[in-house]
Amino acid sequence: MRAAVIVFPGSNCDRDMAVALKAAGADVSMVWHKDATLPEGVDLVAVPGGFSFGDYLRCGAIAAQSPVSQAIVAHVERGGYALGVCNGFQVLTETGLLPGALMRNAGLKFLCKTVGLKVATTASAFTEGYAKGDVVNYPVAHHDGNYTADAETLAVLQGEDRIAFTYAQNPNGSVADIAGVLSENRRVLGMMPHPERAVDAGHGGTDGKALFAGLLGQLTAA
Amino acid sequence: MKARVHVMLKNGVLDPQGAAVKHALGTLGFAGVEDVRQGKVIELELAEGTTEATIGEMCEKLLANTVIESYRVEVL
Repeated sequence: MRAAVIVFPGSNCDRDMAVALKAAGADVSMVWHKDATLPEGVDLVAVPGGFSFGDYLRCGAIAAQSPVSQAIVAHVERGGYALGVCNGFQVLTETGLLPGALMRNAGLKFLCKTVGLKVATTASAFTEGYAKGDVVNYPVAHHDGNYTADAETLAVLQGEDRIAFTYAQNPNGSVADIAGVLSENRRVLGMMPHPERAVDAGHGGTDGKALFAGLLGQLTAA
Repeated sequence: MKARVHVMLKNGVLDPQGAAVKHALGTLGFAGVEDVRQGKVIELELAEGTTEATIGEMCEKLLANTVIESYRVEVL
């Protein structure tokens, strides 16, 4: 599987993401935000965490207008896979590839801790390695992770089984405890918690491994 | 020409920052602050003749996230 990790000015989880993908067996290239095209044959685009463009205007808003973002949209429209983590999730909502928006945490504090997540669906390449209802531990590190969507959007997400993960204990005020959502074709996942920071015993846990392994399994077979 | 864009969270979207400001005003002893909503003001210096439709497009594409925010344009 070929993966591209996008690098914006202010990205800071790009190398962690690359390490996690490589450990799972992916062939990884780093793509600078000014590149208007992705490397040939990319199966997965990973949009990493960080503070792209200093979070100016809104988190992810400026990054969503980068040349590479047009390439990401085209990749997804072709049926390509994408994973957005933390700031990457914010970027994917700002591009319109995922519904809803991420607002300031309800408690107003920057949260940096490990949280329990419930696997809400296993019907995706990202979550098929888990069992439904599994509780996995991933770190979160964000100030703007309060997921919001209007009632209609929420009903669609619930009706189409597109909520990938929910918080066991809601840390940030997200509607319906949502920690991660899938696109309509289930090939784009955006989530605030960091699976790439839970793939090595040195991280304090390896619950994120199954996400990358599932993705590799699905995409290598395809 | 100049335009001023006011960006606010939509009605019904909870505003945690506004709530914190309201709380702080109460702590300072100001009674009767019933609600606080916090938004942004963006001032644009524009070439003469820029249409309101173009400014609206700027708001839709970048200045506001219309999933959660509403905007109002004031041409000065």
